[in-house]
Amino acid sequence: MPETTYIDAITQAMSEEMARDERVFLIGEDVGAYGGAFKTSYGLLDKFGAERVIDTPISEIAIIGAASGAALMGMRPIAEMQFLDFITCGYDILVNFAAMNSYLFGRACPIVVRGPAGGGTHGGPYHSINPEAMFLNRPGLKIVAPGTAYDAKGLLKAAIRDDNPVLYIEHKYLYRRIKENLPDDDYIVPIGKANVRRRGKDLTIITWGAMLYVADDAADELAKDNVSTEIIDLRSIVPFDEDAILESVAKTNRVIILHEAPLTGGAGAEFAARIAEKAFDYLDAPIKRIAALDVPTPYSPPLEAAALPDKTRVLQAARELLAY
Amino acid sequence: MAKAKKESDSAVLDAACAPEWTEILKQMIFIRRFEEATEREFRKGKIGGYLHVYIGQEAVASGIVGALQKGDAVFCGYRDHAQALSLGSDPNRVMAELFGKGTGVSKGKGGSMHLFDVEHGLYGGYGIVGGHLTLAAGAAYAKRYQGSDSVVVCYFGDGAMNIGSFHEAMNMAGLWGHQGMCPIVFVIENNGYAMGTSVERHSALTDLAARVRAYDIAGEKVDGQDIFAVRGVADRVVRQVRETGKPYCIEAVTYRFSGHGAADILQPYRTKEEVEQHRHRDPINILRKRLGEVCGLTDDDVKAMDEWAIERAANAVKFAEESSQPAPDELFADVVAEHGPRPVSEDERE
Ligand SMILES: Cc1ncc(C[n+]2csc(CCOP(=O)(O)OP(=O)(O)O)c2C)c(N)n1
Repeated sequence: MPETTYIDAITQAMSEEMARDERVFLIGEDVGAYGGAFKTSYGLLDKFGAERVIDTPISEIAIIGAASGAALMGMRPIAEMQFLDFITCGYDILVNFAAMNSYLFGRACPIVVRGPAGGGTHGGPYHSINPEAMFLNRPGLKIVAPGTAYDAKGLLKAAIRDDNPVLYIEHKYLYRRIKENLPDDDYIVPIGKANVRRRGKDLTIITWGAMLYVADDAADELAKDNVSTEIIDLRSIVPFDEDAILESVAKTNRVIILHEAPLTGGAGAEFAARIAEKAFDYLDAPIKRIAALDVPTPYSPPLEAAALPDKTRVLQAARELLAY
Repeated sequence: MAKAKKESDSAVLDAACAPEWTEILKQMIFIRRFEEATEREFRKGKIGGYLHVYIGQEAVASGIVGALQKGDAVFCGYRDHAQALSLGSDPNRVMAELFGKGTGVSKGKGGSMHLFDVEHGLYGGYGIVGGHLTLAAGAAYAKRYQGSDSVVVCYFGDGAMNIGSFHEAMNMAGLWGHQGMCPIVFVIENNGYAMGTSVERHSALTDLAARVRAYDIAGEKVDGQDIFAVRGVADRVVRQVRETGKPYCIEAVTYRFSGHGAADILQPYRTKEEVEQHRHRDPINILRKRLGEVCGLTDDDVKAMDEWAIERAANAVKFAEESSQPAPDELFADVVAEHGPRPVSEDERE
């Protein structure tokens, strides 16, 4: 099998799940005739027809709402947001209905809401969001954020098969920049399980999405000074793999949480609090968070680069922790 | 509806040889050349992110703007370069914004979709389809509340008519119009497509002006490729809205010659023939031909305009290229307005 890009992994997951299960369909803006703004659904219209690859008007709340209504009738829709920034226009029905329906009425709402997120592509303030924190404290909603092609495919399949609404955050910077060999056989990546991307003993970096590669670079650099870094790729934000986090902290005693969304109120705050509550005795140094600065994502490429976390900031934090 | 269009059309035509019209043609040619330059610079990687040009639709913005006066406020979507240029924004600073430079109209923080130039009446450039309609309705209310006779113009695409904001803003504007408190001209730039989805595929009712009437807002359709027609309707409608404080909607039927955005190269949703057919009704050629017939404008005159336009666009690119990046402290500037509570001025006290 040739190497599969991150974006093709997403297309494959949708295509295979649609072939496997007639209840699965795709609904969104320009997902059919246009093939998706990023060509994520390219070819699916030809394969599955307009009844299962539904081009909609520009109506995010109707896309998520109609998907949820169909899910109530036993379907398993995938709702695409052309950019995840626009999920704000569909926020109500996702957090008030889809997320809570199982709890209130005992009827599951198995939808996947997916779309491109993240910065680094000069999308500017309205096309660069990392939206996880906006959804973090809405119980009933799962959130996943793959950072590799393997996980992109496996997590999307898991999300489609899950009985709950899942927000699937794909990082558009990774779409065509990374690729790897994927198994020929059907596989899923279980939601809620982290991946220990790199084993180490001196320091843990907890991260996900495109920040994996910043963590890799930092770890490579630290290795030159004989520092061994453990990288935990969280993959799932809700539910998150608390055991994997605590185990790693217990081993390395130093932890950096790295994410691309702004610092204040970011998901990292939740993980830091959990570590402080449950692994305080293991810590040899304060928990560090490296995140985007608390500013909107500017368009200007140098300002954008300055706003987003980078290797230099991770290394600085790592060195402070090691010297503590 | 058709009657009104003809009347005003001929009224404008009588004055067609006024020097203003050659200026307008020159402006439209410039907007075209400017947009072509942005597409080239995008391909070279000098402009990043997303870029939506106005090629094919020039008669709409250039036709409406002529009916406005100082103090009027304009809101539009992300296809906003022509809106800024037609209002008189400095092309250098518009191009610089597209390059993300500190000299840009939004200091490089916004980019192509977020032009903002209040000095020239432009209140954005909005990146979320349809969202700005709500802003425009509130702005129109405020204008009346403040006792001003200014009007608000709000441009949006056919595709924007399907999002909730459209309906919510229209209904509010319709209601406020009952009290004469909503002096707003909604302008539908109906270019046939919302990205790759044609009007027939995205709107249950394809008579878009009729959809607006559901909110008790009067409206009419105009040939958006014919600037005389657009300007004729705009002159009448803007005057009426200024007088009555009631909203009105103009559906300008136009066509975009370029892809939806610079990344839309394949355009699998329409045929080359369809695009070619629409190119026969190029708004610039329509105006040029009329000025030739009515006022004796020559090919040489037009050539001189075009050369000027090409050079002006090239100068804007040069300015943008040579401008510096935003200063590093711009990153934190204005995240929160620093001014604190504003003192109450003398005339506000009364
Ligand atoms: C809420 C929202 N959904 C989706 C988009 C992505 N998007 C940008 S432009 C566009 C098509 C808009 O079409 P139309 O309103 O007809 O304007 P045109 O581009 O033709 O000028 C879409 C879907 C967006 N910016 N905002």
